[in-house]
Amino acid sequence: MSLRIEPRTEQSRTLLYLTPLLAVALTVVCGFFIFLFMGYDPQASLYHFFVSPLLTLYGLSELAVKAGPLIMIAVGLALGFRAGIWNIGAEGQLTMGAIAGGGVALLFWEQQGAWILPLMALAGILGGMAYAAIPAFLKTKFDVNEILTSLMLTYVATLFLSILVYGPWRDPAGFNFPQSRMFSEWELLPIILEGTRLHLGFPIAVLIAIAAWVVLTKTVVGFELRVVGQAPQAAAYAGFHRNRVVWLCLLASGGLAGLAGLFEIAGPIGQLIPTLTPGYGFTAIIVAFLGRLHPIGIIFAGLMMALSYIGGENAQVEVGLPQAITGVFQGLLLFILLATDFLTRYRIRFTAPAREARPA
Amino acid sequence: MTLITTRRSFVAGSAAMAGGLMLGRSARAQEALKVGFVYVGPVGDYGWTHGHDVARKAVDAKFGDQVKTTFVENVAEGPDAERVIRQLATSGHGLVFTTSFGFMQPTAKVAKQFPKVKFEHATGYMTAPNLAVYNARFYEGRAVCGAIAGHVTKKGVVGYIGSFPIPEVVMGINAFTLAAQKIRPDIQVKVVWANSWYDPGKEGDAAKALIDQGADIICQHTDSPAPLQVAQERGVHGFGQASDMKTYAPEAQLTAILDVWSNYYVERVQAVIDGSWQSHSVWYGFKEGMVALADYGPAVTDEAKKDAEATREGIIAGTLHPFTGPIKNQKGEEAVAAGATLPDDKLQAMDWYVQGVQA
Amino acid sequence: MSLDAMVLILITVISAATPLLYAALGELVAERAGVLNLGVEGMMLAGAVTAFAVTVTTGSASLGIVAGAIAGAVLAFAFGVLTLSLLANQVATGLALTIFGIGLSALVGAGFVGIPVERLPRLAVPGVSDLPVLGPLLFGHDVLVYLGLLMTFGVAWFLKRTRGGMILRAVGESDVSAHSIGYDVIKVRYLAVLFGGLMAGLGGAFLSLSYTPMWVEEMTAGRGWIALALVVFASWRPWRVLLGAYLFGGVTILQLHAQGAGGLFGLPAQVLSMLPYLATILVLTIIAAGPWRGRLNAPASLGKPFRPAT
Repeated sequence: MSLRIEPRTEQSRTLLYLTPLLAVALTVVCGFFIFLFMGYDPQASLYHFFVSPLLTLYGLSELAVKAGPLIMIAVGLALGFRAGIWNIGAEGQLTMGAIAGGGVALLFWEQQGAWILPLMALAGILGGMAYAAIPAFLKTKFDVNEILTSLMLTYVATLFLSILVYGPWRDPAGFNFPQSRMFSEWELLPIILEGTRLHLGFPIAVLIAIAAWVVLTKTVVGFELRVVGQAPQAAAYAGFHRNRVVWLCLLASGGLAGLAGLFEIAGPIGQLIPTLTPGYGFTAIIVAFLGRLHPIGIIFAGLMMALSYIGGENAQVEVGLPQAITGVFQGLLLFILLATDFLTRYRIRFTAPAREARPA
Repeated sequence: MTLITTRRSFVAGSAAMAGGLMLGRSARAQEALKVGFVYVGPVGDYGWTHGHDVARKAVDAKFGDQVKTTFVENVAEGPDAERVIRQLATSGHGLVFTTSFGFMQPTAKVAKQFPKVKFEHATGYMTAPNLAVYNARFYEGRAVCGAIAGHVTKKGVVGYIGSFPIPEVVMGINAFTLAAQKIRPDIQVKVVWANSWYDPGKEGDAAKALIDQGADIICQHTDSPAPLQVAQERGVHGFGQASDMKTYAPEAQLTAILDVWSNYYVERVQAVIDGSWQSHSVWYGFKEGMVALADYGPAVTDEAKKDAEATREGIIAGTLHPFTGPIKNQKGEEAVAAGATLPDDKLQAMDWYVQGVQA
Repeated sequence: MSLDAMVLILITVISAATPLLYAALGELVAERAGVLNLGVEGMMLAGAVTAFAVTVTTGSASLGIVAGAIAGAVLAFAFGVLTLSLLANQVATGLALTIFGIGLSALVGAGFVGIPVERLPRLAVPGVSDLPVLGPLLFGHDVLVYLGLLMTFGVAWFLKRTRGGMILRAVGESDVSAHSIGYDVIKVRYLAVLFGGLMAGLGGAFLSLSYTPMWVEEMTAGRGWIALALVVFASWRPWRVLLGAYLFGGVTILQLHAQGAGGLFGLPAQVLSMLPYLATILVLTIIAAGPWRGRLNAPASLGKPFRPAT
């Protein structure tokens, strides 16, 4: 007997839906033994990791609050990743979007009007786009690798935000602490579920994902993206311009990251603070790939990722697991999810060596 | 509240079913006060969060079965904080400590939604009937350090590693400088900002840079022992931050400013148990024991010790205020008139430096 | 600035650059073989905590260094199994590896916080070490600093001059052709990934045993990410990695010095802190735009999974 791996001619539909279940089963088994080994109640730990956050309406709303920005950013990144454009700096574009949108909010502070929020959103998108335009310009003009520029610019954005909130944008009534004013009534996103923090951001993120799906599958632009990513030479032959795709991908992902940043400050945070995000821009990269770069897959991946964070917090609160263990477990969960993806694309066969060589 | 019922039926349920006696005991265990802690860093940072966790363990040791403590570490100061705090409130915690300034708005929001749960927020300024605020007068410790530094320095140059220019840090730099100037009027305090609370490598590099520029005393308002370790290696002196860092720098550490949260935490937990908890805004110092000093290191001369003790005792007795005029700002203008002292609200919002500070 | 002051600054720069150099060299080899491992930060932490724990428990720093390197390689092996054998996505797996490594190192290191360890001894050559300027500059470091430089030379030599290096580059440029000539692509990539882990582990060991001899959680503070950027900065060439690490470390130290000397044109401290990042972008742009522009492209098969057709 030997083990052979063969590619499937097309992704197995059944397995596409079955693998997540398999992944969950494997995770439960792994988790059970890790928690047991570390001296914690495995049953309770798993329960609070995966189940208890989903049992209340509030828990579900929080899942959406956390998944919203991840989905929005990941959809943008996935466009680029499909075309081989490596924007690693969504975190910085998010920050710049928040700065631009937050600046508008501070400018029109305590003014009234339904126009303020859309204006903030527009500023957020433009802020993120403008920041992503730097790597796009350097890439198309001088062939400077966007991985380096986008990543380095993230640190710069964080420091720039720091200058603002420690300096000119500091709340005059805030005892010189590093924070802006709290945004006023017309500058905050409406809550769509009374008693929770669920704001417009999540439904918008889902709509954007669906729109991206349509663009990718039904339009020429979508086709162009896919071709440039998969067969650059063919793309050039077909007259697709790589530079245009670079600009398109970076502006789209930057704009979406900027909008996500704006939604964070106009939603759950309500002001500008020095640490706006718990690394959404980086986490979204995992989300994009977990969702197999497919906008609809990304919705589920974003929810899954959000659950793994919220579940981790839950397990700390309810079972007393140290964060270190929840981190190890979260890492394992991701490993398993990524590894089982394998089964949808390849089949494993056990063959007797004698009957070798049936062409795949 | 659905969450709790479900939890009980699922987890505690199986254990409680073991026997009638167990049921009785678990019913009593329900009465244990659950106390939650929200940390901004990891408990293993050996700095700020570590200090709070030491105090949490002191609560555990003091109350035994009466109290059950929970902590959540590495909570980002953004949207996540509100969820974590709320989670603690819904899961039956009667008292929640949130230990970073950035948790202020989220704590206040959650406190409003859960009037029966008591909240304690460190280093902020927002209070409510169920939200108390506490902070330590670290600047008192800085003043003692300044007195020691004035004696120990030979070159009259002090390197001060700051995290971010928030009032807390600014006030510490000023208190240190003013106290040092009393001994060495010409002392120069060079400030380098790490722009991080916690990056051992960068903190250490900042210390090296300052020593290379002539500093023979290293002061830090960042969390890791790295600067002190560099001081030890380079044969200069420094002060520990948050905990006693003697093991990292046996000769170099002159003393350390200790964050002693345990007394306060025990006191407040006791108050909740007794039903006497009330909201307040406190700023405790040497007198109340929230700020303390580690044993003086070998390089602290008898003269320095005398001045250090005089400073500490004066502060405790109320006869010495580190911010007593005349105080000049960096431009040489009078900021505090002779004989006057800066009131607490001015101190808590301090955003200017005294003369002699280079920042 | 006096000569002595400059020497002191240079010594600081060398130690600030060394962890970056290790991690970036290792990643460079993995990437030249076509594998993008974004888990450098996690592997460095694993190396840092293991090196520290082993040094403290056994009292032997040499054992600690070896253990740190092995720990990095163990994590890299896990990455290899997932991405090379199970063909999981490299970018996502690397990021997951970082999450995993941060958690694992905190778990292992829980009992080692607050314990001091003796710094790695500096090399002392009788007579020569006391020479002015050259003495401290050339002979004032510990063994890991020299090993780092040696590794730069070794990696450059290996990639350019040896058959193994040629095979590795071939695998990274075109896995399909390399396979068709009969090279075992998967095996080569496993070895390259393991080397990357080993080097990240050594970088971590340098952090916890020499740079700041202690263990505290997440002590890498983002250095793994900088190392990744440096590989790109270096256009996948070993000597340019060395240049990049010294440039980045140098600007970091100089901005601290500028602050200590009273600032620069009254700029906020945050602007000075931005300089290392901006300088890296600027220098890369100049290299890319200049007349001496070389081949800046990434290995052609970078990040793409490979499965030998049967």
